[in-house]
Amino acid sequence: MQQAYDSDALVRFSGVQKTYDGENLVVKDLNLSIAQGEFVTLLGPSGSGKTTCLMMLAGFEVPTSGDIFLGDKRLNTLPPHKRNIGMVFQNYALFPHMTVEENLHFPLKARKVPAAEARQRVERILDTIQLKDFARRRPTQLSGGQQQRVALARALVFEPQLVLMDEPLGALDKQLREHMQLEIKHLHEQLGLTVVFVTHDQSEALTMSDRVAVFNDGVIQQIDTPDRLYEAPSNAFVAQFIGENNQLVGRIASIEGERCQVQVEGGLSTGAILVNVREQGALTRLSIRPERVRLNGASEGLPNRVKAHIEEFIYLGDHLRVRCRVGDNSQFMARVPVTDFCSSLKVGADIMLGWRDEDVRALDCTQP
Amino acid sequence: MLQSETQTPSAFFDGRSLKAKLRRAERWRKIKAAALVLPLAVFLVIVFVVPISNMLWRSVDNTELMQVMPETAAHLQAWDGQGLPDEATMAAFAEELRASRQGGGLGRIGRRLNYEDPAFRGLLMRTLRQLPVEQPVEGWRASLQSIDAAWAERETWRALQRASSLTTDRYLLAAVDLQRDDDRQIQRIEAEQRVYVSVFQRTLVIAGSVTLICLLMGFPLAYWLATLPTSQSNLLMIFVLLPFWTSLLVRTASWIVLLQTGGVINTTLMATGLTSDPLQLVFNRFGVLVAMVHILLPFMILPLYSVMKGISPSYLRAAVSLGEHPFIAFWKVYVPQTISGVAAGTLLVFIMALGYYITPALVGGPSDQMVSYYVAYYTNTTNNWGMAAALGSLLLIVTLLLYLVYHRMVNQKQLVRN
Ligand SMILES: Nc1ncnc2c1ncn2[C@@H]1O[C@H](COP(=O)(O)OP(=O)(O)O)[C@@H](O)[C@H]1O
Ligand SMILES: [Mg+2]
Repeated sequence: MQQAYDSDALVRFSGVQKTYDGENLVVKDLNLSIAQGEFVTLLGPSGSGKTTCLMMLAGFEVPTSGDIFLGDKRLNTLPPHKRNIGMVFQNYALFPHMTVEENLHFPLKARKVPAAEARQRVERILDTIQLKDFARRRPTQLSGGQQQRVALARALVFEPQLVLMDEPLGALDKQLREHMQLEIKHLHEQLGLTVVFVTHDQSEALTMSDRVAVFNDGVIQQIDTPDRLYEAPSNAFVAQFIGENNQLVGRIASIEGERCQVQVEGGLSTGAILVNVREQGALTRLSIRPERVRLNGASEGLPNRVKAHIEEFIYLGDHLRVRCRVGDNSQFMARVPVTDFCSSLKVGADIMLGWRDEDVRALDCTQP
Repeated sequence: MLQSETQTPSAFFDGRSLKAKLRRAERWRKIKAAALVLPLAVFLVIVFVVPISNMLWRSVDNTELMQVMPETAAHLQAWDGQGLPDEATMAAFAEELRASRQGGGLGRIGRRLNYEDPAFRGLLMRTLRQLPVEQPVEGWRASLQSIDAAWAERETWRALQRASSLTTDRYLLAAVDLQRDDDRQIQRIEAEQRVYVSVFQRTLVIAGSVTLICLLMGFPLAYWLATLPTSQSNLLMIFVLLPFWTSLLVRTASWIVLLQTGGVINTTLMATGLTSDPLQLVFNRFGVLVAMVHILLPFMILPLYSVMKGISPSYLRAAVSLGEHPFIAFWKVYVPQTISGVAAGTLLVFIMALGYYITPALVGGPSDQMVSYYVAYYTNTTNNWGMAAALGSLLLIVTLLLYLVYHRMVNQKQLVRN
């Protein structure tokens, strides 16, 4: 709540709720503030309400309750064409009957920018996206990546206060997508844009954003910088949604400050950081990242060690993933750099796994 | 794999053999494709190309006399048109006139010659009745002239001569209110007899108005249907298509019931006090437009709907988010994308409206009849195939010309946008 009244925030959602049918809240009590120049990503599974949030910001949906502010303007009753927000749509929505140039002139004509200045601005933005030679082409005569850049340019050319992007890279192939991620990130830094970006791809969110808001079920589960989100997920959903994650279910045996001792089914006992469970004896879901798990020799001297059975190797070029059985969990992954691989590792072999207390996070057990 | 390795690359990539292989592979595909379209092609030739060529031919066909009186026709074609034809022509005419009694030939040339002069059939009948059996001693010329003085007039023989050529332009000229005078010069017919130019104008005006009204009514409706959720739009689409399930005649007749002086609409208007006297809503241009729009509206809605269904709503959203007012955004971004649907719909409705016959005949007045009415009149009532075909051919030509102009315009519009 405190953040919602941040005075230098450009965008503020304050207690926003949204329902389409009068029964289910698609967005439940959203409080979010975005600072000038920030790149914030809304990340979440499909149907979690991300697009709805963006549409409320753009003005195509009306909040059922709560307020949205842009600067010091209350947006709720401002029609979308007066909001001065640039938007990039998933299918680009480039006008097919206009050339690239005409598409770029469109927002300037709507704002009655003088022709000479408009031409200059279009020229400049075409330079920025390196599509000068394509100005006279129709959108259909461009490749997917080029269309994407034009859509971006069109949302930027009128210098909006805020740029919204709804899964803009979803239609591109992997390589192009990664390239465009960096390009958008650089544009953001170069032009000092404020961006709200929507995606369901966690690696995209981590790559591009200053902060990521993880959505589920119409609620922001956690909003944090990418590294904090990965290293310190605040609940089981975030831990499971961001990156790879081993899960073990256990009961809290004892608590000392921020640490606790957890008794896992099958006799294993491990130390962990207490996150969002508090009582002794409560069920908890432990989260351990695969790269924090040490194997055999490397695990010696670590406080938590467990015997495991190798089920499978998955070769990924720069590293190997080792699927093990720990207790009755046969999906326990460990990540080994190829250089650390040694011949004693064989499918069917028994090995020792180990980790530090601070690599384990004891989270809620509500998620299945 | 092994075998291909033993082949030399040049044999493998030898241009000619590769081309030959491609041709052989393609040939089979082409034969199969041709076999698939063959039935349709045959069907089209039988029901489309043949009747239309037949109609075009009939509009200039002048072979009645040639078929019934081949020798006379040949003689008359050689005649210079000065004085009277020679004795040989008259002899051939007399012989062939006698022979024409068999096989209905007399009726056919009688009908054709009546277009030249309405008294011609009677003249032929009279002449035939009194024609001497043997060659008369005084010669055929004197004999014919003694039967009827008309045979002494040059104009009678000129009429026969005009009917003896292979083709004639009289029907086509008549279809645009023109004729040839005695010196074969083209000129307009007398003012009070002129009909067809105004009929063609009227046909174009009615078809154009119907198309415009259909577009103005169909566009918003199609847009509404295209933006509704599928379940609702499917239901409403049934209402759009419902009229197709009843006969055109029934639908037209029901408009008479609704619009006539004692009909539902007039009684309602009078009951509510909006008018004191019944309005004339039917048997005039208004009735024709109402009934035709009703029948043709689905042909506008369907192509528009199918095009609009494919236009993502995000275009409009994008335009609005870029700062354009929603109405202007609709006009600048949405409407241009529907051009192909508008083009298809207007063309379809216009061309169908051009050929309308039943509806104007039932709900229109005498000054609302379109070209098809006269085509039907000439085929059914007077058996004048030449006039019917000439009117039909002209309508076809006008339609094709308009189509070409329209095609140009639509393409130009798209080019301009390029
Ligand atoms: N226009 C709408 N009418 C009714 N329900 C909608 C509409 N748009 C979205 N929803 C519902 O709201 C929920 C959230 O949708 P959305 O915001 O599009 O999620 P996301 O973008 O995260 O995938 C979904 O369950 C979806 O079915
Ligand atoms: Mg979405």
